[in-house]
Amino acid sequence: MSMEDRPIPDAPYRLYIRRKWLVLLGMGLITAAACLASLMAGSAGLTVGQVVPAVLGRGPAQTVAIVRGVRLPRAAAALAVGAALAVSGCVMQCVLRNPLASASTLGVSQGASFGAAAAIICLGAGTQINGGGSGAALTITHPVTVTLCAFLGGMTTTVVILLLSRLRGATPAVMVLAGVAVSSMFTGATTLVQYFADDVMVATVVHWTFGSLGRAGWGEIGLVSLLTALALAFFLWRRWDFNALESGTGTARSLGVPVNVLVPVSMALCALIASVSVAFVGCIGFVGLIAPHIMRRFVGEDFRFLLPGTALCGASLLLGADVACRTVVSPAVLPIGALTSFLGAPLFLYLIMRRGRLR
Amino acid sequence: MIEIKDLSFAYGKTPVLSGVSFTAQAGQCVGILGNNGAGKSTLVSCVSRIRTPAAGEVRIDGRAVGDMGRTERARTIAYVAQKNEAGRSTVFDCVLLGRRPYIRWTVSRKDMDLCRDMIARMGLEALQLRTLDELSGGELQKVMLARALVQQPKVLLLDEPTSELDPRNQYEMMALVRQLARERSVTVLIVIHDLNLALRFCDRLFFLRDGRGWRYCGPEDVDGALIRQVYGIDARVADIDGRKFVLIG
Repeated sequence: MSMEDRPIPDAPYRLYIRRKWLVLLGMGLITAAACLASLMAGSAGLTVGQVVPAVLGRGPAQTVAIVRGVRLPRAAAALAVGAALAVSGCVMQCVLRNPLASASTLGVSQGASFGAAAAIICLGAGTQINGGGSGAALTITHPVTVTLCAFLGGMTTTVVILLLSRLRGATPAVMVLAGVAVSSMFTGATTLVQYFADDVMVATVVHWTFGSLGRAGWGEIGLVSLLTALALAFFLWRRWDFNALESGTGTARSLGVPVNVLVPVSMALCALIASVSVAFVGCIGFVGLIAPHIMRRFVGEDFRFLLPGTALCGASLLLGADVACRTVVSPAVLPIGALTSFLGAPLFLYLIMRRGRLR
Repeated sequence: MIEIKDLSFAYGKTPVLSGVSFTAQAGQCVGILGNNGAGKSTLVSCVSRIRTPAAGEVRIDGRAVGDMGRTERARTIAYVAQKNEAGRSTVFDCVLLGRRPYIRWTVSRKDMDLCRDMIARMGLEALQLRTLDELSGGELQKVMLARALVQQPKVLLLDEPTSELDPRNQYEMMALVRQLARERSVTVLIVIHDLNLALRFCDRLFFLRDGRGWRYCGPEDVDGALIRQVYGIDARVADIDGRKFVLIG
């Protein structure tokens, strides 16, 4: 019998791998439950028995309209954006060898936010609906322009971070501090752009920066989903390379990993999916930082499981946060970006304190 | 067989290696020796193409390393770094990583069998599901060696594999390396500071001084004069029970 034909005799490792598959299955079920909760939550008070047929277009017209017209796009946006931010955070933490990396902590989201705000105000890529004032909401009329500008803003930050990561002595803490500096710069630039805009547009953009899953239409959701799926497929294709990078760049090179290509390409893809998400739903912080750390506790650092697990975890977190936003002070809806930052910041502090060796 | 011809490398305008040349046969264990900053680690990183040499070439079984693609190179040369990052991956996953140059989409039975056999060969079965940060220095070095060997390389590069080990683990590690090199006909280039370990376990010794090859010889040719020339210290080589030992001072 040849080696190829023999059964795999490593039972302990097979059990260990099976446990990881079970964790992924569990995360899939949690995500499905969070989706259902998101479809049910709201002032209309729908039950599972009403929501499931309504998704399929059956039942009372009003229920179908609420579920398919309002809640389903919102849940789909949470799924796509949550997965995008989480996956980008997971890959950034690996390629930069920095456990504190994510689109929000490195300033990529703030750069994208500036790009999108500039496109809306300076290039007229968005228009306000529901009148002006505090209740102003925004619809994006030129999604390609907003996406491109957000991507450029996000990429500018990414290039700065990549250049910094090549410097000797660029510790994780230094890179996060650089992210704080770049964020500050873009926040200042956004303020300058707003300074020259009219009052209604300023109110609209400020409202937009709070973050809201409700404003993304099916077109925007489709674009975020498509780009996230393509990026995730690329990252899964290179999953062994990311596993190798966890052992250091020298070891990764000796294992045949094209480090000089993989790192910038991965960072560009991370910036793309995070920037597009920011362009359509505003700044949603900390999901990209928290989700990979949660999943590492359950599946370790093996990117075969960490990537899909992180995508599901990010989607679940954002769905859960959205449900909380809609139910905590119902009928008012809290801005989701504020809630994720409010809950994510203590975890960020915990991570910094736990890694007390960082200088 | 590995042939290194006129290998040179510089960090910016500072030359680190100048015209280094030597040849080693399959199954031989070659110790790379010299003072700190002599260019030992740079030499192995140039051989593995982690750093691209400014001039010269490395041939393995007649084929130039520079002409190999990344995957072919990773199947030919394995490298264990001086400092290894002990993360949260398990011993089995770390060893499996050595099969990265062979894995297409899924892990094959052959990959699994090779890893299992190597883990057993190293006596690491009981640790296979432990994470790397739970291991001792000696266990971690064995795992890294196992990962390098499942690459099934022709040349194995070890950068100071004994630097953080106690004397017992140093001897065990060197004995294991020499035994595996002979069993599998792998040429081993091993950067090492301990002259006595090198004399005891290496088949050939390559002394570097200021980035240049100073002497390439067998352990039997090492004497006090050579050590004085390379390291700038007084030393003598004593014969005790038929084995050579370097006595410093």
